Amino acid sequence: MLSPQDWTAIGLTLRLAAISTLVLLLFASPLAWWLARSRSAWRAPVAALTSLPLVLPPTVLGFYLLVTLGPEGPLGHLTLLLGLGTLPFTFAGLVVGSVVYSLPFAVQPLLHAFQAMGNRPMELAATLRASPLDAFFSVALPLAWPGFVSAAVLSFAHTIGEFGMVLMMGGNIPGQTQVLSTQIYGHVEAMAYSQAHTLAGGMLVFSFAVLLGLNLLQKRGLRMGS
Amino acid sequence: MPADNQITLQLKRQEFSLEIDIRLQSQGITAVFGVSGSGKTSLLRCVAGLERPARGFVRMGGEVWQDEKVFLPTWRRPLGYVFQEASLLEHLTVRGNLHFGLRRIGQQQAAQAQLHQAIELLGIGHLLERQVQALSGGERQRVAIASALALQPRVLLLDEPLAALDANRRQDILPWLERLRDEVHIPMLYVTHALDEVVRLADHLLVLEHGKLADSGPVAQVLGRSAAGAASGEDRGVLLHAAVQEFDPTWHLMRVGFPGGSLWVKDKALALGAPVRIRVLARDISLAVGPPPLSSIQNLLPVTVLEMIADTHPSQCLVRLSCGDTGETSVLWARITARAAHALGLQAGMPAWAQVKAAALVGA
Repeated sequence: MLSPQDWTAIGLTLRLAAISTLVLLLFASPLAWWLARSRSAWRAPVAALTSLPLVLPPTVLGFYLLVTLGPEGPLGHLTLLLGLGTLPFTFAGLVVGSVVYSLPFAVQPLLHAFQAMGNRPMELAATLRASPLDAFFSVALPLAWPGFVSAAVLSFAHTIGEFGMVLMMGGNIPGQTQVLSTQIYGHVEAMAYSQAHTLAGGMLVFSFAVLLGLNLLQKRGLRMGS
Repeated sequence: MPADNQITLQLKRQEFSLEIDIRLQSQGITAVFGVSGSGKTSLLRCVAGLERPARGFVRMGGEVWQDEKVFLPTWRRPLGYVFQEASLLEHLTVRGNLHFGLRRIGQQQAAQAQLHQAIELLGIGHLLERQVQALSGGERQRVAIASALALQPRVLLLDEPLAALDANRRQDILPWLERLRDEVHIPMLYVTHALDEVVRLADHLLVLEHGKLADSGPVAQVLGRSAAGAASGEDRGVLLHAAVQEFDPTWHLMRVGFPGGSLWVKDKALALGAPVRIRVLARDISLAVGPPPLSSIQNLLPVTVLEMIADTHPSQCLVRLSCGDTGETSVLWARITARAAHALGLQAGMPAWAQVKAAALVGA
């Protein structure tokens, strides 16, 4: 039913989503922490910038990434200089694109979790001799864990569903940048509706299962927290 | 060596400013009393380094925590802090909370011993395996105090630790705080706006008004002074440090003596000579002049009028009295109507009889 090319696309998609989620958690945690606690004048512009991917069409994001990361772009110059080559039309380029594209889905849950936690647990930890870094890992992370779960699940699911960005940044190279959504698009273009159905239906079920699981988890987390 | 514990602060915020210069006794509870907005909590937070005052000098146990050059972050200050509410780490058990700080200070042997003492002192041995969500408000605060004490702090800072508790829970936890006061020999700063906690627990009293020190000193002295905004309104009254002198088993009474006089109060099955704290409110004292009046009131004290001041309502008048004549005297306050003061012809220096309608035993 699924062609080898379909399986490659599925594998690539999962790999992309997993790596992007990992990178996102590492990157979004300090960013969300800063957004939750900073009183700097930069807070508002940074928060707005972080939310941009929510409202911009993915093609616009993809377009600008393509331009800046391409051989003529400023970041493209940098990656060439570092001997990394250019990122567009590579798997690494897709990871960069996905991280930008899914950033708000990682930042928002973390931000809410940190805000809900408030300042008190950190102050309490400080009076119990924990340094700020120590307190972040020993107090803030465990207290905000539902936020981390939400962030991870949403980033993963959202990355799996990206299309416009991939098309712009990745092209549609089998084994390298051909992911599920572009594969489905290809099937539809080729009028191979039954194959498109299989993949599209699978994604539908997967996405529903993820959101259902997340909802159940949050409900349980809420009960445990109260 | 009171100068070892010095707190000098200047804090400016939009809403208010705090300007304070105090020395703490080397042990005992110093209550910081004032209405909300007087800067009590800010004072505590500045001592802890949770807030950074514009200018400040904080020295505890001879160690400088803040001056022009130094500002130790909170986690480097050997202090204990008990917050009003949410004083525990919600993701840990009671034992986890108690060990959280302990793991971070080293000296495991001595620390373990200190932890055992703290657990014993606060009576929380049976709670160790509980999740903190399963604790009552009073238990939570006892665990919080024990976690702070286990770290052998130089000073214990308590920010309205009972404010979030209902009346019954407060009564449950007060004896534990008395134990804390009597058995832990470090200075304790206890922020509160509840006078009943002050008269029961405090050794010393700081009265804050609009971010400034209005009065300070031993608690009984401050409450007896006319300037004590602490004891205004219905709560106006004095605290007497007394000792049990005599029992009257027939009528279930005991006599407690204080400098300059004594009172009969309900027998609370205490030992002869036991120290007690007696609270006498101004509204519970009436005055008479001339020969000793015949009255149903048992506690009749010969007093001398010291001064009369107008109360908040023009119909009322507060009279400051000196009880006892030579050597040892105590101050009492009486609230009477201005008309009565006029009819009796009261004036400073006059002898009178104070009829004490009620005297409450508020602690040891």
